[in-house]
Amino acid sequence: MSRRMVTVDGNEAAAYVAHKINEVIAIYPITPSSPMGEWSDTYSAMGQKNIWGTVPQVVEMQSEGGASGAVHGALQTGALTTTFTASQGLLLMIPNMFKIAGELTSTVFHVSARTVATHALSIFGDHSDVMATRSTGFALLSSNSIQEIIDFALISQAATLEARVPFIHFFDGFRSSHEVQKIEQLTMDDMRAMINDDLVIAHRNRGLSPDRPVLRGTAQNPDIFFQARETVNPFYDACPDIVQKQMDKFAKLVGREYHLFDYVGAPDAERVIILMGSGAEAAHEAVEYLTGKGEKIGMIKVRLFRPFSVDHFIEALPKTIKSIAVLDRTKEPGSPGEPLYLDVINSLTEKMMDGTLPFASFPKVVGGRYGLSSKEFTPAMVAGVFKELEKESSKRHFTVGINDDVTKTSIDFDPEFSTESDDVVRAVFYGLGSDGTVGANKNSIKIIGESTDNFAQGYFVYDSRKAGSVTISHLRFGKKPIHSTYLIDRANFVACHQQFFMEKFDLLEKAVEGATFLLNTQAKADEAWDSLPKVFQKEIINKKMKFFVIDAYDVAKKTGMGARINTIMQTCFFAISGVLPKDEAIQYIKNAIKKTYGKKGDQIVQMNFNAVDQTLANLHEVQISDKVTSEKEMPPVVPAEAPEFVTKVVSKILQGKGDEVPVSAFPVDGTFETGTTKWEKRNIALEIPVWDPDVCIQCGKCVMACPHTAIRQKAYDPKHLENAPETFKSIKLRGKDFPDNWLYTLQVAPEDCTGCELCVEVCPAKNKKQVGKKAINMHPQPPIRKKERENFDFFLKLPEADRKTVKVASVKGSQFLEPLFEFSGACAGCGETPYVKLLTQLFGDRTVIANATGCSSIYGGNLPTLPYTTNNDGRGPAWSNSLFEDNAEFGLGFRLTLDKQMEFARELVKSFSSQLGDELVTALLNADQSDETGIFEQRERVEILKEKIKSIQSPEAKHLLSLADKLVKKSVWIVGGDGWAYDIGYGGLDHVLASGRNVNLLVLDTEVYSNTGGQMSKATPIGAVAKFAAAGKPLPKKDMGMIFMTYGNIYVAKIAMGYNDLQTVRAFLEADAYDGPSIIIAYSHCIAHGINMAKGMDQQKAAVESGHHSLFRFNPDLAKEGKNPLKLDSKPPSISYEDYAYKETRFKMLTKIKPDRAKKLLDLAHQDVRSRWHLYEEWAAFKYGEDKEGEE
Amino acid sequence: MDLTTTYMGLKLKNPLVPSASPLSKDIDTVKKLEDAGAAAIVIYSLFEEQISFEAAELDHFLTHGTESYAEALSYFPEPEEFNLGPEEYLNHVRKIKEATQIPVIGSLNGISTGGWIDYAKKIEQAGADALELNIYLVPTDINQDSREIENLYKIILNAVKANINIPVAMKLSPYFSSMAKMAKELDEAGADALVMFNRFYQPDLDLNELEVKPGVVLSNSNDLRVPLRWIAILYGKLQASMAGTTGVHTAMDALKLVAAGADVTQMCAALLLNGPGYLAQVLSDMEKWLTEKEYESLDMLKGSMSQKAVKEPAAFERANYMKALNLYSATV
Repeated sequence: MSRRMVTVDGNEAAAYVAHKINEVIAIYPITPSSPMGEWSDTYSAMGQKNIWGTVPQVVEMQSEGGASGAVHGALQTGALTTTFTASQGLLLMIPNMFKIAGELTSTVFHVSARTVATHALSIFGDHSDVMATRSTGFALLSSNSIQEIIDFALISQAATLEARVPFIHFFDGFRSSHEVQKIEQLTMDDMRAMINDDLVIAHRNRGLSPDRPVLRGTAQNPDIFFQARETVNPFYDACPDIVQKQMDKFAKLVGREYHLFDYVGAPDAERVIILMGSGAEAAHEAVEYLTGKGEKIGMIKVRLFRPFSVDHFIEALPKTIKSIAVLDRTKEPGSPGEPLYLDVINSLTEKMMDGTLPFASFPKVVGGRYGLSSKEFTPAMVAGVFKELEKESSKRHFTVGINDDVTKTSIDFDPEFSTESDDVVRAVFYGLGSDGTVGANKNSIKIIGESTDNFAQGYFVYDSRKAGSVTISHLRFGKKPIHSTYLIDRANFVACHQQFFMEKFDLLEKAVEGATFLLNTQAKADEAWDSLPKVFQKEIINKKMKFFVIDAYDVAKKTGMGARINTIMQTCFFAISGVLPKDEAIQYIKNAIKKTYGKKGDQIVQMNFNAVDQTLANLHEVQISDKVTSEKEMPPVVPAEAPEFVTKVVSKILQGKGDEVPVSAFPVDGTFETGTTKWEKRNIALEIPVWDPDVCIQCGKCVMACPHTAIRQKAYDPKHLENAPETFKSIKLRGKDFPDNWLYTLQVAPEDCTGCELCVEVCPAKNKKQVGKKAINMHPQPPIRKKERENFDFFLKLPEADRKTVKVASVKGSQFLEPLFEFSGACAGCGETPYVKLLTQLFGDRTVIANATGCSSIYGGNLPTLPYTTNNDGRGPAWSNSLFEDNAEFGLGFRLTLDKQMEFARELVKSFSSQLGDELVTALLNADQSDETGIFEQRERVEILKEKIKSIQSPEAKHLLSLADKLVKKSVWIVGGDGWAYDIGYGGLDHVLASGRNVNLLVLDTEVYSNTGGQMSKATPIGAVAKFAAAGKPLPKKDMGMIFMTYGNIYVAKIAMGYNDLQTVRAFLEADAYDGPSIIIAYSHCIAHGINMAKGMDQQKAAVESGHHSLFRFNPDLAKEGKNPLKLDSKPPSISYEDYAYKETRFKMLTKIKPDRAKKLLDLAHQDVRSRWHLYEEWAAFKYGEDKEGEE
Repeated sequence: MDLTTTYMGLKLKNPLVPSASPLSKDIDTVKKLEDAGAAAIVIYSLFEEQISFEAAELDHFLTHGTESYAEALSYFPEPEEFNLGPEEYLNHVRKIKEATQIPVIGSLNGISTGGWIDYAKKIEQAGADALELNIYLVPTDINQDSREIENLYKIILNAVKANINIPVAMKLSPYFSSMAKMAKELDEAGADALVMFNRFYQPDLDLNELEVKPGVVLSNSNDLRVPLRWIAILYGKLQASMAGTTGVHTAMDALKLVAAGADVTQMCAALLLNGPGYLAQVLSDMEKWLTEKEYESLDMLKGSMSQKAVKEPAAFERANYMKALNLYSATV
């Protein structure tokens, strides 16, 4: 039977099979499993049928808990059902998994195994999530490669139907889920042959039906529960043989043989490594290499981890074995060993106790941890483990791949050890996310994989920052299947797609002798050599490399490609790498272009064709000098004056050398100092704003809108200008809030600006002589970088505004307050961060932030650098992220602590009244802290209190000293996106708001799951296309503002800075001032809307003007005064919904997919916004005062 | 009253044809226009730039920010296909053809000889009875030679004519150095009709916001004068039919154009302002006037006041300017 060879990643491989052998798929997005759900949704949207000829139903739920509930329900009623998840998502499914297994229900959950958050969140891969499900009763089947993923997705389904034991089919997050490989695709006939319809019907017949009613899910008592629980034993006993039977059936059908435990290595091996997952592929490579050199070693790939078959395991081991290293990709602190290690020990021990151990003696067994959070695991490390086994006293619980200089668990390995074969092309590409490098490389893999006999592999390393993100592509091509599940560290082709990387990374460090280096540079071929930094010249000479250059941006500009140099650089790769004959390769590229862009119109295709043709004429080989001519050194990564942690640890991470940082360098509990983004000067903006003081009206709008805190204003006494740099600008301050002679400066942080232009767009001041110019205008960054850097440094030294005197309740005034959130890695032009920054300006020095997982937790708390920072007093936001689903509750916990501690502190103050004096005690207890002056004065009192209490020696005094700061008002802010607020966290959100406690919720409403790539949430508006709403969302957005207004005692505000920035400031201040729960729903434009981000604030305005996001504030304090608490802050819809929506790709694309449906949904949206507006109007006109008068 | 006329080979029951405008976006409105007596309909234009722009815009925003960040490698689902070409327009042509009995004239708006010329064929295949080419060109390059611009019109016309078999009308702007020569050359190049004239969007300045405001200003009857003059001048000198457009608001406006020599008169603003039913009023007023004035047919009126038919041909020329100026001075 002929089967197609396809180049796919692990997620696509799993989803491809799962979709064809199920009827119901319930999902929820979580990295790195989201694409499996997205693929399934796409297949169903395209009308693809399963093997029984019907299109599976795909439903997105509000959480993984919800998804597992829906799965359980669908299974209980007899549908073949699946889901996809990872990490915390899998943990949320555990309660249902116990039920599903307890009820012996056939299902397979496909899991891209990901680290469970502990001291930190990580989106990357290890087995901590699947290991947390060991007690549920699910079988655990591990795939190690992309081919195995497609194979095991089918084998597990066949097995579960026969065994009635539910399965988790897992593979390593990112390393397998996102690795692209050329594999053999299974056919529908393969699937039909493997899935027994009688078993499917039996599963269906076990489903609940009123036609043959039964009851499942009883409550049982101590008398019977235990016995009933033991009834499942025969099924678990039979399960391993059933899996092997299905593997054998599969082998006959397809030709690939698998066993529960697959042994690789010398038949007479003495040292054996046991592991599962993608690391087994690297180990396989190492074992083959070392046995080729005569070493008596071997390895076991564990396939079926649960139910663990002791007999099969022991049988798989070579009888000559003397020592075993069991490697676990997880950590269980406090356990005598990690899970697989314990199973191995247990198996051997039981066999020994039974007297059936087939070895001369009980082998030495050690356990080791490797690869947590996708830490590299290489053949060198495998060789290191084998070496460790050779030692007389091997470390029993070791780690490999890190330097544990604290508890000395780590073992050594030789980093020079390599199994890379010379007949494999190993290419590394450094690009920017925005230049399309990864997309082009994925395309190249498909070209090579599908057009030639070569095997191909691609793995992509992405940035943790969303603006100016760097991508590194690792591509391998060769005649044999590729097992190298690790990054390339011996490259024979290196491409640098951005010239400025030469200042940041030592790109040629991993190049081998004779390698080719391709550089995109503006330098001409005859200037290129001299333009290189010294280190690059040295490496090129020493390694006898070839060097090619192209000015890809020039070619892109001339061929209409704009900033996308993907096709151009791809063409260069094929032209010089020799992977394929050049002409043939060019034709393949053009075919691929047609396939990729054909549906986007002929114009795009022709543009790319043209770019391909122009590339060859502009690609030049550089004559390499035999001596180093450059004096250019790579600049330091962080300035020398940075704190020690930054210079020693952060700088290493920034250089891509985080793997080298030892254990001792890290805090033990995940606690980090804030304010480190300022040390990382990213210089990602090509252009930055330049201030024109003569045109500026000093409104502060640009400062407020800046998502990156890279443009700031200060008002100051002219005396501070002494020693100002020559080009430092200032002008007389406008307005009456400061002394007459004071000056004003608007200053850009040139190296932190992302060049998003949002500031220029919101600037209302136009140059009267040339209306195309404003008070700030974009200017190329490099020529002014140095002087603006000096200016910014000087600006920072100017005194900060006095919080007591600034007119906080205004846009201009609020923007004199020091921002305590700066230079985050959010997308350039982000719509969320201006709100977060404002929060820190207004309350940052007394705020604790609970942040839901999502974009705001990533730009807020993703290492290497942190944007929350402190003021000169050392005060600033204290921030933490618990989970995605529990953020409101997490924040409520903050409030409970603060309230309790304040209460206790007040009690203690009272108890010390005789020592402290009545005046201080009364002032402390009755302080008015409703404004900045009140807070300042209370802080002064607290300092006096501390001084006085220090002299008192008693336990109570000690407590009061530690609690004294709690007497100053603290603000709790609970921040998150709409995925949290509208979906997964909604229950908790509702409960916390209903608690009556003084917490403030800020919902950064992008109307979509932005961080995981644009999945629909209940905030997604009608007619918008999103993942899981490919045909446009048919139902309106949940009106959460309206829902929470109905409580009556919750402060609710809907805001949009782009429409009314003053209302935004007021809403924040009122929410904080309200002594009860508050929620602010902040419209946040987003890259996932498919807009020009520079126009984000304009789109906010349009959203309000169309009635889509009408603004209001609902202040229960007004009701207490007999006034209507609802105040509308926007006007009735004044532009059509179309005029707002069709400026955004998320809406507009539906007109290009389903025009009739787009029109229908647009009409519905139009009706919805108008009727909703009338409802608001009615409420706002309601006379609360009369009600009050009517009371007796 | 016999109001029939022949326009680029199409036999029409009267000379009233709604011009390319949003009027034809809604099938119901088109039906109302037919019921009101429209003799044919020109469908709104398929814009070259719009198709190119939408394709480029979609490509940009669907790829913007993708493959950059591990958790969000893309932001939108990838549909199987997009209707980015003229499909939406072609479907509309088909629907109008199905819904009406009158001739349907497609309209193509562009300024290049690129791939969009193929759309002419597709519009023909969708059932259009004729095609109006609207070459919307505002030459702003101070180095561009006028001849180059004029040639472009002919190149595009030739390209389209070579591609399709239905009649092709050229919708022109009045801003040629030699309008008459241009008309003749297009006539010789095979234009089946000339539509005079295009009404370009004219930007305005907003002094409060200090912004240029693009926008459409609807015509009024005074705007009739430009087409009236050129149709009168060209009548009898070309093989091509002539349509007058811009400023046709009343029956008298339409009759004047016919008297000048127009085969059809295209209406837009008056129908946008008064609704599609207004066309019946214009038609009935035309019939009434012709009857009152004892014309036997519309054809009798056609060209009767063209330049070559009037006593003073110079009235359409420079002398007319001087006279008008004198009259104006006299009234001040």
